[in-house]
Amino acid sequence: MSARSEPGLRAPQSRTEAAQLEPILSVEELSVRISGLHILQGVSFTVAPTGVTVLLGRNGVGKTTTLRAIVGLTPPAGEVRGTIRMGAQSLLARPTHRLVRGGLGYVPEDRCVFAGLTVAENLRLAERRGTTPAYDKVFALFPELDRRGRQRAGSLSGGQQQMLAIGRVLLNDNRLLLVDEPTKGLAPKVVTEVAEVLERVAESVPVLLVEQNLAVVRRLAKDAVVLAAGKVAWTGDARELLLETALTKSLLGVGTGESHHPVEPGRAATAGRDQL
Amino acid sequence: MGTVILLALTGLGLAALYFLVASGLSLVFGLADVLNFAHGLFLGVGAYGTWWAAGNLPGAGPDGFGFVFAVAFGVAAGTLVAILVELVLIRPLYSRTIEQVLVTVGLSLAGVALLQATWGADARPFPRPDWTRQVTGIFGAQVPNGGLLLIIAAVLVLGAILAFLRWTRYGLVIRAGVENREMVTALGIDVRKAFTLVFAIGGAAAALAGALGGVYFGTVSPGQGGSLLIFAFIVVVIGGMGSVVGSAYAAVVVGLVQQFVNYYGTSGLGDICVVGLLAVVLLLRPQGIAGKVATA
Repeated sequence: MSARSEPGLRAPQSRTEAAQLEPILSVEELSVRISGLHILQGVSFTVAPTGVTVLLGRNGVGKTTTLRAIVGLTPPAGEVRGTIRMGAQSLLARPTHRLVRGGLGYVPEDRCVFAGLTVAENLRLAERRGTTPAYDKVFALFPELDRRGRQRAGSLSGGQQQMLAIGRVLLNDNRLLLVDEPTKGLAPKVVTEVAEVLERVAESVPVLLVEQNLAVVRRLAKDAVVLAAGKVAWTGDARELLLETALTKSLLGVGTGESHHPVEPGRAATAGRDQL
Repeated sequence: MGTVILLALTGLGLAALYFLVASGLSLVFGLADVLNFAHGLFLGVGAYGTWWAAGNLPGAGPDGFGFVFAVAFGVAAGTLVAILVELVLIRPLYSRTIEQVLVTVGLSLAGVALLQATWGADARPFPRPDWTRQVTGIFGAQVPNGGLLLIIAAVLVLGAILAFLRWTRYGLVIRAGVENREMVTALGIDVRKAFTLVFAIGGAAAALAGALGGVYFGTVSPGQGGSLLIFAFIVVVIGGMGSVVGSAYAAVVVGLVQQFVNYYGTSGLGDICVVGLLAVVLLLRPQGIAGKVATA
């Protein structure tokens, strides 16, 4: 079965050429229920084989849940239905470590570096038998990681930890990167640095990015998928979305001069529904 | 002076026994989140394995190389049982805490019953080399050699585990897994292999504790593992779940407190003091002495 190439409810005409190629990832009717909460209720979208596809939505709408379902990290108490395909391969029900070895790189929210291990040990952990880790590439992107090899990862700054979290994924070849809120909690200058790095990374590998910072979205994203109330509310060209102020306001709670109010993750699914 | 040294060294001997049991418990809990109540069974298998080998296995015996061979057999048996328990009973139940507790508690009861049914409920005299029955004079104290043997063994095991954690690939995976298991799998590593390995290491250490504990006490009985396990759990909690070094410190504290208070106070008061110490640690520093880090 070939994956769908026309995503979503309102696919605009001005798709870039690359997006018309076979998608690297296609998610169909993805439904995730975790301890009684129906967080995703039939989410369908595709990720283009090049560039950055951004996954947007209000806080707690299920963006992280979507990424975690793709990489097989839904908690044991959760229930996942639907189909997720990378190329011709079905990803659901395969253990996380197999998916990752198959070329799915995952940079989690809050970086999750191993605080008690050194930077070098964090990187060494990502090495795989039978392949040569691309230290040259990683140290070219992040010279800091080379210099700070013996430092404990827990003593790095937030930005440096983010670099480490991205760096250890880049040691191996990836077919697709999932990157969850890489600029969260970082200083504006560091946000720019992370965005620059992701821009360079995305030249060689497609990225599915969750990001709240619209300036970063504007800079990186080619395609956008917007979640609302457990479903896909909009897909299409990211720049087009950002131009429509009314749309971003209603879907993301951000727009001209209006701040958005974070929703507690636990109450996410119902709260998201109320707002729309 | 002699009494103090004797108490200190016998306390350390007890601490060595606790550490050998607690180190595996701590790693298993730290990495796999499994409260393994069947850990005492590995100790029992080690003790009975050594006892049986010394009497029945050709080449093994209570003396010299034969004794080393008997202990090796006991440790191998304990390790094997630990691996089987992990693969067959624990693996299907990961992240189902209550079922795990039920299975491991049930297994510990069944294990003791099985040992009783096979070799009887009474304590059996343990085969041991003659020199372990003797004492060594240290600064005027006559210290039993069996206790010294335990201390040396525990120090060697501590060194070996730390070297393993520090220098090997699997050690790295275990240290990382204790911190964040999920992220280890998200780097493409099958963390379940590390679970089995940690069970094997813990089983081997506990089985060694069983064999050398038999030497120290001079007897072996089916219930031995269970009573040691309670103090080993206390040591793990005081030391910090997942920390081998923390377990070592806590074992020393618990062993010494027990020995000194039991001698200078009333017999049995030492055990109560240890439980009091546990309460104080839980109130003041719930993560234990060393927190949740596998090495330091």
